[in-house]
Amino acid sequence: MNLYARRLFLNRFNLLVSLFTMLFGLFWLGWILLTLFEAGFRALTPDLFLRMTPPPGSTGGLLNAISGSLFMAAAGTLLGTPIGIMAGIYLAEFGGRGWLAPVTRFINDILLSAPSIVIGLFIYEIYVVNVRHFSAWAGIMALALIVIPVVIRTTENMLRLVPDSLREAAVALGAPQWKVITLVTVRAAKAGIITGILLAVARISGETAPLLFTALNNQFWSLNMNAPMANLPVVIFQFAMSPYENWQHLAWSGALLITLSVLALNIFARVVFRNKTPVY
Amino acid sequence: MSAVANTIERLPRGLSDMSTVSRAIPDSNLRKHYRLDQLFRHATRAFAFLVLALLVAIIISLILGSLPALKAFGLKFLVTAHWNPVTEEFGALVPIVGTLVTSFIALLIGIPVSFGIALFLTELSPIWLRRPLGTAIELLAAIPSIIYGMWGLFVFAPVFATYVQPSLTATLGKIPVAGVLFQGPSIGIGVLTAGLILAIMVIPFIASVMRDVFEIVPAVLKESAYALGSTTWEVVWNVVLPYTKVGVVGGVMLGLGRALGETMAVTFVIGNAHRLTSSLMLPGNSIASTLANEFTEAIGDLYFSSLIELGLILFLITFVVLAFSKLLLMRLAKQEGQKT
Repeated sequence: MNLYARRLFLNRFNLLVSLFTMLFGLFWLGWILLTLFEAGFRALTPDLFLRMTPPPGSTGGLLNAISGSLFMAAAGTLLGTPIGIMAGIYLAEFGGRGWLAPVTRFINDILLSAPSIVIGLFIYEIYVVNVRHFSAWAGIMALALIVIPVVIRTTENMLRLVPDSLREAAVALGAPQWKVITLVTVRAAKAGIITGILLAVARISGETAPLLFTALNNQFWSLNMNAPMANLPVVIFQFAMSPYENWQHLAWSGALLITLSVLALNIFARVVFRNKTPVY
Repeated sequence: MSAVANTIERLPRGLSDMSTVSRAIPDSNLRKHYRLDQLFRHATRAFAFLVLALLVAIIISLILGSLPALKAFGLKFLVTAHWNPVTEEFGALVPIVGTLVTSFIALLIGIPVSFGIALFLTELSPIWLRRPLGTAIELLAAIPSIIYGMWGLFVFAPVFATYVQPSLTATLGKIPVAGVLFQGPSIGIGVLTAGLILAIMVIPFIASVMRDVFEIVPAVLKESAYALGSTTWEVVWNVVLPYTKVGVVGGVMLGLGRALGETMAVTFVIGNAHRLTSSLMLPGNSIASTLANEFTEAIGDLYFSSLIELGLILFLITFVVLAFSKLLLMRLAKQEGQKT
């Protein structure tokens, strides 16, 4: 009986610990979100969306940072997505033979988790050094490089879920391969590919490290692609680290904005397209 | 072959000629689509090739950028602790140690917690709760790292300094040899805080890989163990874990890769001090946080290329860790294919 009691106790105890680890995980999520809501709502006024980032000590908003972030995220996605989708198509549709597909898959999975600050360094080395100034273009390039692996991974996975009978049916009707892929398989996997793009957008919206050395920051409204451009993450970094109270308040509101949009994108992507999506 | 030839001969005139049959579809059309097929194929292949070129370009550009530092310091760079922009003496020891120590703390806490979460999600949780709970944990990975940093600096660090650090120093700090690690002022920021926040950040990555690999264990195996009278814990510990150990290690490596390269969260809370200390309570530095803090302010070629060499070291370390992780996970996937 002693042995049974001990085994039973060990089982109950460990399962209880497992429950607590789950609560431990949820606890941090709850705490972080609670802090964000509490501190972020304080400065959440219409001014936030209508005025530029202020100098220390005066009031202002985050208009230039918000629009800069939206613009660079959109441009980065537009630049990276076609590349990612094409490479993903190669891996899923033509990747059966040869060395290129397995090697690319392997490297892509590594790039997916590679430190984003190194991507920033890379763009700095090959672009910023040569043109001698920080610019929105450099920021867009860095973000596009982060989009590419995410889109490749989801595109390939989603195309692989398309049953071969669908491809064979199209081929049997006499369709050439490029038509089979663009009009049949990619279309069938559309929802999944869009999920991947949404997750990529969510990922780059919060990226700070690659923008530090590329787009840098700009205190003013600017649409000049060859000049530094304001963006939320870097503004948050700069304002949060500053000793000025009004800057810190703005940083919290910016943090709330970013987190809400990133979480909303994530939940939307997961709920609307109920496919199995990996974390990035 | 002759049978085929006979059949063709017996066909009515006109159809016996093979070229007439294919001429039903205009030749030019066929050739056009053939060319388009080739074009499409080569285009997609070029983009796949671009990914490889990207990796090579990253490594080459980092090596070229760090050449001055490589020439000036050689291998000594890795073991020197000096970091003095004024006298232009640079050594990477402090950031390297900081990166490794914070990541180690993150794994020390992250692995058991992730295991517990994966166990809960696969064995304990009611089915209807699995998806929402799994998503909630994955959302921890979606929160941008700068948010972790801000929260860590302004919310977590003060709480940690007031309530946790003094008691850590009073208890763990008394241990004869290892106690040194926990002695020091309770200032909230430092290597330990950075490690703790990294732990929270890697939990979703490790937990979701563990959950995914636990789910591939054939039900027959688990049911056999249950039929022999095992408890849930015994099934997980003696059947599920040994079956998936390769994948579990792969997941841990993935988390490690993430922790090593994490920038913003660490930059906020690690304290940014180029000092080698014996205490985890004191400020330190990691490779990524050094880059984030000093890169845009660096003056002078040697300073610059030393920072780029730091980036190169970071990239190489994470590359090896992530490649190892990927190899292990691939081995598990292969094994799964053979057994079922």
